[in-house]
Amino acid sequence: MTLTQAAPDELEAHFEATLARHERIEPRDWMPEGYRRTLVRQIAQHAHSEIIGMQPEGNWITRAPSLRRKAILLAKVQDEAGHGLYLYSAAETLGVSRLELTELLLAGKQKYSSIFNYPTLSYADVGTIGWLVDGAAICNQVPLCRTSYGPYGRAMIRVCKEESFHQRQGYELLATMMRGTDEQRAMVQESVDRFWWPALMMFGPPDDASPNTAQSMAWGIKRHTNDELRQKFVDMSVPQAEALGVTLPDPALAWNEERGHYDFGQPDWEEFMEGVRGNGPCNAQRMAHRRRAHEDGAWVREAATAYAAQVRDAVS
Amino acid sequence: MNSRIETPAEDEHDSVYSGLLVNDAHWAFGTVPVPDGHGEDPLAGVDTTVPEGVDAHVLATYALMLGDDALVMSHRISEWTSNAPDLEDDIALSNIALDLLGQARLLLARAAAADPSIVPALPDGSPVPPEDALAFFREAHHYRNVRFAELVNGDFAEATVRVLLFSTWRLATFERLRASRDQVLAAVAAKGVKELAYHRDYSARWFVTLARGTDESRRRLLAALDALWPLWPELFDTHAVEAAAAGSGVGVDPATTRDAAEGVLDQVLAAGAVPRPEAPRRSGVLGRTGRDGMHGEPLSRLLAEMQSVARAHPLGRW
Repeated sequence: MTLTQAAPDELEAHFEATLARHERIEPRDWMPEGYRRTLVRQIAQHAHSEIIGMQPEGNWITRAPSLRRKAILLAKVQDEAGHGLYLYSAAETLGVSRLELTELLLAGKQKYSSIFNYPTLSYADVGTIGWLVDGAAICNQVPLCRTSYGPYGRAMIRVCKEESFHQRQGYELLATMMRGTDEQRAMVQESVDRFWWPALMMFGPPDDASPNTAQSMAWGIKRHTNDELRQKFVDMSVPQAEALGVTLPDPALAWNEERGHYDFGQPDWEEFMEGVRGNGPCNAQRMAHRRRAHEDGAWVREAATAYAAQVRDAVS
Repeated sequence: MNSRIETPAEDEHDSVYSGLLVNDAHWAFGTVPVPDGHGEDPLAGVDTTVPEGVDAHVLATYALMLGDDALVMSHRISEWTSNAPDLEDDIALSNIALDLLGQARLLLARAAAADPSIVPALPDGSPVPPEDALAFFREAHHYRNVRFAELVNGDFAEATVRVLLFSTWRLATFERLRASRDQVLAAVAAKGVKELAYHRDYSARWFVTLARGTDESRRRLLAALDALWPLWPELFDTHAVEAAAAGSGVGVDPATTRDAAEGVLDQVLAAGAVPRPEAPRRSGVLGRTGRDGMHGEPLSRLLAEMQSVARAHPLGRW
C-alpha cells in the first residue's frame, strides 16, 4: 500500500492494525499527526534530559575523590551525551533536526526532567543519582523498549543497558561509602534524604492529574501509568535501602499485606509544579549553562560547515 | 514492512533494576566490589620488579613525571565535559580525558611500586591506595608535570591546539617508550600509542578545519597557537631524571623526540596554511620549570579543587 493509493481512513486502519498486533511503527509508515507530535515531544524531552542531566553529575568530575571514581564518573557523564545522541537521532527520523530541538529547549518551549533541577551537594549525590535517579529512570524507560515507534524503542534498549550499569555503579559507590567513616555514612543518608522524594516525582503527577497518559497508552507509546511505575519503584527500592543501611525519609512507608505492596506518602507536588514552571532550585543555572555552551560553540559549528562546503566544492 | 517487536519480555527488563542485590557476574567494568573498597590494583598481575641496574628512585620519579602530565592534562580536558560545541565533541573530549586518566593511574601506581618512599604518608588505617595518595595528597611543588598541561582552559580553538601539541609530543615519546626495559612503562606506552594517535588525529582535523573554516575560526586558532607556543620548547628540555632514566634504558630523553614531533606538527601547520609561530620560549623561575616542581599559578588552584573531597576524608573509602 502506498500513500498515493490509500485513502486516509485506510491508512489509519492500517496504523491501528499494526498497533493492535503489537508491531513497530517505522519512520516511513503513515502515522497520525498527533502520534508524531507526541513522540517528538516525548523523545525530545528525553534527549534534553540526558544532556541537561550531564550537569549535576558533571559538577563533581573535577572533585572525584579517587582516580577510579573519577574515571567511572567521567565515563558515565560521557554515556549521557551518547544517550542524547541516540535520542536526537531517533527524533530526526520524525523529521525534526537536533538543532531545531536544541533551540526549542533553549527557548523554553520544550522541557527536560525536573529531577535535574535539584543541586548536587556532596560526592554521595553521585551515588544516589545512580541508585535512585537512574533506578527510577530505568523503571520508566524499560517499558519504552517495547514502545510502538521502532527507532525510539531500539534506542531505548541501548540506553537501558547502559543505565543499568550506571545504577549499579551508583549503588556500589554508596555501599562502599557505608563501609567507610561515620562522616561518609552521614553523607550518604543526607543525600538519600534529599533525593528520595524528587526520585518519586520522576514518574510524573498522579494518574488523575496526568493529562496525556490515556492517549499515550492507547497509541502504545506509554505502557504503564505513572502510579503503577511509582509503586514498582518503591517496592524495589525498600529492600535495597535496607541492604545499604539507609533510612528512606517517609514515615508513611509500610508493607501492606493486603495489597502486596508498600504504602508510601506523596511527594510535595507543589514543589514539583514550581520546578515544571521553571522556578526550581537550579532551572535557571542549568539553562544558562546549556545556552552558554551552545552559544560558545556557534563559531565552531559555523567553521565546520564552511570547511565542509569548501571540501565539497573542491571535490565536485 | 513491520517486524515483530523482538525485545525480551518486560519481566526480564525489570530484572535490570530488581537484580541489584544479586551478586551476579554482570557488573559494569571497574565496579567489582573488593574488600578494601577501592577496586582492583591497577597493576595486578604485572611484574613490577625494577630492572637490574636501574635506580628505583629515578624510575619512580620518571613515571611520576609522565603520570602527572597525563593527570593534569586529563583534568583540564575533563572540564570540557558538558561544555563542548557539539555532542560529538563533548564525547570525544571526554574520551581523551579518560584515556589520559587511565595512563595517569597506571603511571602513578608504577611510581609508587618502584619507590614507595615517594608516596605521601597518610594516617594509620587509611585505605587510600598509593596511586590515589600521590594524586590527592601531594602538594603542587611535588607535582612534576610540564607547565603546558596546567594552563587554564580557553576556547575550543585553544583546546584544539592544546590537544594537538600535547598529543604530538607525547606520542613521539610513547613510540620510543615501548622499548623501555621497564615492563610496566613499555606496556603503558604500547597501549598509550593507540590512544594518543587518536587524540592527535582528532585535534589535527579540527586544527585544519578551524584554520580554513571562517575568518573568525582562523583568528581564534592563530591566537591560541600564539598563546601556547611559548611553552612548546619546555616539552623538549631534558631534566636530570629524564637523562638518567634514558641512560639506564627505561625512559626517553625528550630532546630526542623533537625532530619527530616537529615534523608531524609542520605537516599539520602546512595543511592549515598556518605559519610557524615565532613567540619566544617562556622562562622559568630561577631556571626551574614544571619538571622541577616549579609551576605557574593555575596548578595549586587546580589541585585545591581536585583534592578537596579526598583530603576531607583521609580515612574514607570510595
